[in-house]
Formats: sequence, C-alpha cells, structure tokens
Amino acid sequence: MVNSKEILETLEMIDQQHLDIRTITMGISLRDCAHPDANKCCDKIYDKITRCAEKLVQTGEDIERELGIPIVNKRISVTPMAMAAESCETEDFVPFAKTMDRAAKEVGVNFIGGFSALVHKGFTSGDRRLIAAIPQALTETERVCSSVNVATTKAGINMDAVALMGRTIKTAAEMTKDSGGMACAKLVVFANAVEDNPFMAGAFHGVGEPECVINVGVSGPGVVHHALTKVKGESFDVVADTIKKTAFRITRMGQLVAQEASARLGVPFGIVDLSLAPTPAIGDSVADILEEMGLSTVGSHGTTAALALLNDAVKKGGVMASSHVGGLSGAFIPVSEDAGMIAAVKAGALTLEKLEAMTCVCSVGLDMIAVPGDTSAETISAIIADESAIGVVNNKTTAVRIIPAPGMVVGDTVDFGGLLGTAPVMPVNAGDPTLLIARGGRIPAPLHSLRN
Amino acid sequence: MRAIVTVVGRDRVGIIAEVCTLLSKNNVNILDINQTILQEFFTMTMLVDVSNSVISFAELKEALAAKGGEMGLKIRIQNEDIFEAMHRI
Repeated sequence: MVNSKEILETLEMIDQQHLDIRTITMGISLRDCAHPDANKCCDKIYDKITRCAEKLVQTGEDIERELGIPIVNKRISVTPMAMAAESCETEDFVPFAKTMDRAAKEVGVNFIGGFSALVHKGFTSGDRRLIAAIPQALTETERVCSSVNVATTKAGINMDAVALMGRTIKTAAEMTKDSGGMACAKLVVFANAVEDNPFMAGAFHGVGEPECVINVGVSGPGVVHHALTKVKGESFDVVADTIKKTAFRITRMGQLVAQEASARLGVPFGIVDLSLAPTPAIGDSVADILEEMGLSTVGSHGTTAALALLNDAVKKGGVMASSHVGGLSGAFIPVSEDAGMIAAVKAGALTLEKLEAMTCVCSVGLDMIAVPGDTSAETISAIIADESAIGVVNNKTTAVRIIPAPGMVVGDTVDFGGLLGTAPVMPVNAGDPTLLIARGGRIPAPLHSLRN
Repeated sequence: MRAIVTVVGRDRVGIIAEVCTLLSKNNVNILDINQTILQEFFTMTMLVDVSNSVISFAELKEALAAKGGEMGLKIRIQNEDIFEAMHRI
C-alpha cells in the first residue's frame, strides 16, 4: 500500500494545486461520411459523431468519480472538414459546422475541433470553400473550433494562405464584434500542425489516425509551481530535476486515465499530450512557474531561458511515464488563460515581441492574444508569417490565435468568459507589411527539410 | 477493486468507529488502516476492498461524503490505482 504521506500529497495536488486531467479527446474519422449530397453528408457526419461519442461524457465522469481526479473537459476532434465535405456539390460549408455543433451538444462535449483545412502547399476546392465559411461558421456555432495549417517544415510557407487567413480573422472578428471578436478565439492558424493534438482550439483528427481514438491532455502548472517553491535558491540542475519528477507523476496519472477511458469505451488509446496548460484560476499559471525560477515579472530578460528549461524538463519527465507521447507536449503560454501572463501584459512587462521569442522554445505559439480592433489584415498575416517561419525553421509546431478586438484599443480588456479567460489588448508594431503580404506565393522549405 | 479512504478534519471521539461502521454495514472490507494527528488535524488513510460492497461505488462515495459532512470532516474514497500510478513504478 502506498503510504499516508504519498496519499495526502496527491490529495493536496488535486485540492490546492489544481491538478487535473485537462481533456479526454475522442478523435473520430469522418472519411467515410463523404456524399455528393450535402444534406446526406451532414446526416452521416451527425450519426457517426453521436454514435462514436455516445458514452464519452458518461465514461469520463465515471472515471473522474472513481479516481477522484477532475477531468475538466471531454471533447471531440474530427477529420479536417475540408476533406470530409470536399465531395459535396455545394459552395456553402457552414451547414457542416452547424452539424458538428449539433452533434457536440447532443453528446454533451464543450468543444469539437476539426472545422479545418491543411493548405501548407496549396488549396484544393474543398479547402477554399471551407476557409470561406470559417467566419460565418464560427459566428453561428457555439462549440465548433477551426484550424488551418499554412506551413510545414517539409513544404515551406504558403503565403497565399497566410494572406487569406489574415483577412479571414478580420472578418471573423467583425462578425462577432458584440462578443469582442469571440469567433477568433476558436480559430487557430498553424505551422507544422500535429494530427493527434487533444487540446482546443487546434484539435483535429489527422488523416493518418485510426477510425476512432482516445487522446488525453494532462495539465498541472500549479503542481510544478508548488514543487519549485521547495527548491528556492537551488541551482538549475535541481530545478530541472524537480520539474522532471513532477511531470513524471502528472503524466502517470494521465496515462492511467487514458488507459481506463480507452478500455471502457472500447476505443484504442492514442497518446498522452504532456502539456502544462494554464487556466485563468489563481495558482494555475505557467507565468508563476517562470517567476518562481527567479524573474521579477514574466516577460523580463531571462524569460526565454526559463521557459526553455521548463518545456524541456516537462517532456523529459513525462516521456518515461507514458507508453505513447504525442500532441503538442510542452508548456502553453495563452495570454488570456493565464493570470500571471495577464498581469504582466497589464504591467507593460510582457510584449508581443517577447511572446514571439518565447514561442521559439515552448509548444505552440502566440495564443489568445488580443490586439487593437484597427489592426490591419496584412499586419495579422505578417504576425502569422513570422510565427510560421519560427515553426518551419525550428521544426516545431507554432500557431497563432489572435483576436483583433473590434472597437478596442490598447488598455482595454476583452472578456471571453470561462476557460478562454480575459485578454488585455496588446500594442502591435506600427510598421506596414502590406507589400510583403501582397507578394503571395510560397516561401520555400528550408534546406534541413531535405533529410533523405 | 481496492480503494483508499481518506478522512481529514478536526479530531473528535468516535471518528474511526463511525467510518468503520458505515463501511461494515455496506460489506466493505478494511485491509489496512493508518492514522495520525498532523498539526491538530486528524488524518486517516484506509485501504479497503469494495468488491463485495452492497452499494455501488458512486453510492458509497456519496455515503462517505455525507457522513463526513455530519461529522465536520472530509471523507473520500478513490480507486487505489491513482496513488499507485503516481508513486510507484
């Protein structure tokens, strides 16, 4: 039997340090739902999602009750809709998003990802129709998340797609101006998107994935922070070791939940995503961890180094604890979802430029960033291009989830509520990249993409 | 299934008796008990076997939580696996 001290330590992690399983995400292939008739295609999609995920929420709640660990979200990712709906003889892809939304509500999941297109080398007709539908789809649905992959290390950067996504984000913000540009909080632009990411808003069920799969995302910034408070003043060797041990424990729990969910649902286990995902709750912040390492405020010089160590140690600790690690795996830095990041932005200590540097060494990218409503589509495209370049050259996933909050200026705050949190509007560089974005075409893949 | 019952709260007479009575009434077998006072707080961990419990795990969990509420304690029950996963390789 484990001893009392260990039992109480686990309970303290859950009660006081916000330890939880962030998400159980069921990936569902929609590749067999294609049909020339859009209505029939929608019916097939609805039936398949509700059939596969019928017991997802109930099973998640059962495991939660039995193990005594909160499982915050139960979610679904599907095959990129641009592929599933491509054969339909229709220009309008909005009904497919509405079908996803309806299915999500029926099975009780809070988000469904996969209103997506992969256009890193170019557009198919389905990709074009899907991207054209994104603003309206995200405006008229509640739970649907959308993502577009515009670059990979192998293919380079599709600058036509980068330009198009800048305009799409602006339109999406404008159409949801009453809610601060909410549609943009559900839209991610990726470079090197991964096929098995369980986290929203960027989750989709990749084309190499099986029919149905269970992926689990763990969390626990509060637990890592607490562990570091016990090694104040010690060297980085000790810091790295402490994070590794903590990440190992957190991941073991994720692995247990993933195996249980997989067995009970009769669906294969895919991966555990070893991510430190903050929430707006006090004490559940990645910024707090960085500050615990010795920064007066996140965003100051030294932040990138601290984050690099954190990201690396989380992976090293976690990888031994799970049979299959995947997804994004690393530290997330979504500004609006992290109380410490919000405070640093408000204090003027954390800028867009520093966040960009931080994305070079952590998982994902510029996440949940609000910028002034009058930011041009070209500037947003240029921000996407910069992030894509970081991802492509460094062989990692990067992403941009940016909200040009309509009518808002620097100093204002956009409140999205719930897990999406509160985003302070951040200043952007005033230079004009219009001519750069107007060039279009593709930025070629870097030399190190030729590895054969 | 084996589970861990934890009881944490201010010490008083009869905590162990009441918790054990509830468990025995429901045919839950106690395999091991560990109890200490930590900073004035009564802390007890029990390893129990719920395989032959006459009520479901969810009902047992609720019954224990309710008993805890009555006595001003926090009582919970969790599958042993979570602790094993976290602390044993």
